[in-house]
Amino acid sequence: MNAPFPPRAKKRLKIATATLGGCFGCHMSLLDMDERFLDLAKLVDFDRSPLTDLKHCGPCDIGLIEGAVCNAENVHVLREFRAQCRTLIAVGACAINGGLPAQRNPLDLSDLMRKVYCDRVDDTAQIPDDPELPLMLDKVYPIHEIVRIDYLIPGCPPSADALWKFLTDLIEGRTPRLDYAHFRFD
Amino acid sequence: MSEILAQFMLDGHRIAFEPGQTILQAALAAGIYIPHLCAHPEFTPHGSCKLCTVMVNGRNGSACTIKAMPGQDVLSDNPDLNSRRRTLLQMLFAEGNHFCPGCEKSGNCQLQALAYDLEMFDPHFAQFFPAREADGTHPEAFLDFNRCIMCELCVRASRDVDGKNVFAIAGRGRDTHIIVNSPSGKLGDSAFSIHDKAAQVCPVGAILPKEVGFVRPIGERLYDHDTIAEVALREEAGARSGEVT
Repeated sequence: MNAPFPPRAKKRLKIATATLGGCFGCHMSLLDMDERFLDLAKLVDFDRSPLTDLKHCGPCDIGLIEGAVCNAENVHVLREFRAQCRTLIAVGACAINGGLPAQRNPLDLSDLMRKVYCDRVDDTAQIPDDPELPLMLDKVYPIHEIVRIDYLIPGCPPSADALWKFLTDLIEGRTPRLDYAHFRFD
Repeated sequence: MSEILAQFMLDGHRIAFEPGQTILQAALAAGIYIPHLCAHPEFTPHGSCKLCTVMVNGRNGSACTIKAMPGQDVLSDNPDLNSRRRTLLQMLFAEGNHFCPGCEKSGNCQLQALAYDLEMFDPHFAQFFPAREADGTHPEAFLDFNRCIMCELCVRASRDVDGKNVFAIAGRGRDTHIIVNSPSGKLGDSAFSIHDKAAQVCPVGAILPKEVGFVRPIGERLYDHDTIAEVALREEAGARSGEVT
């Protein structure tokens, strides 16, 4: 019989997280793991994330994307994540189906911008056009319409338990699965 | 001559039926759930949502419309059929505006509960984001076409039970939509009342009673702990025991 393979030293995984057009609720849910977050920190290192304040993403094992794709900058960030992350996960309703930001989709974008920025009391009001500002997309897109996605964690936001279950499953090499109580769209 | 027993096979189980029952009715009575959306025990089967598609002797068919017959070998709960059901759900989600976090029906919605039960993670297809209207003209009920799945339950209820014909389906293909029978086309000018059967049958959040929004907190809603299969079988058992007494 073949001798069993010698156990491999456990590799520390790298995780990156980002919010596109979202409310940071999914990140709050990540923090809502409480002391389990420290257990997570023992297993993984964080690359680009609001927690580390790194601005660009290096090669990573797991990328978590919260929020929908609303503007040109969101597209850049998302493509960078897809290029750098071996496993990319859409987290939360906005990333999965557009969520709240996508509620503008049945409306015309220029009408919307005029309504928000021009129909106000002062006459100088205009639609902001600073070159620093990323351009809005015609529609808000779920992230799977822009890049390939490996997994999705539904919820608005997904509970800390759901995130913990999903991440520990992935880190330990199991196929992640959510039980009924943690499979939620709201 | 031996009598032919009123039984058929469902996923390897022998199911007894009463002559005239559909496969779906017989399965529910026997305590086996077949996913369904447009079927309702009190109404004539419609066979439009196709969620209840089963394989009967090698052919696909809607369990809600096919009559149970001796000799049928029916397959329902298997990965192939469930994945097709999931695809149907994804199409339903993609062609409407189903924004669960902002919907009063969330947690009590059959479309959502089926998506939970069949583990539908995403709508998969590019979403239509159709521009649909909402109608708040009625004092007691809110009509939101964004969430309508064209199951025609309100049409059937208003026609067959209430005798009012308030709702009808108009248009074809992706332009199909519900219309309201009133001079202005608004619900407020129609004969609709909150006590109508039509006000209670909507499986999604398209027809919502006003002034009771979010009355059941998260954790106490219909599908928070129990799957749609458990709820449907419980309701079926309740209805049957009600018949006996």
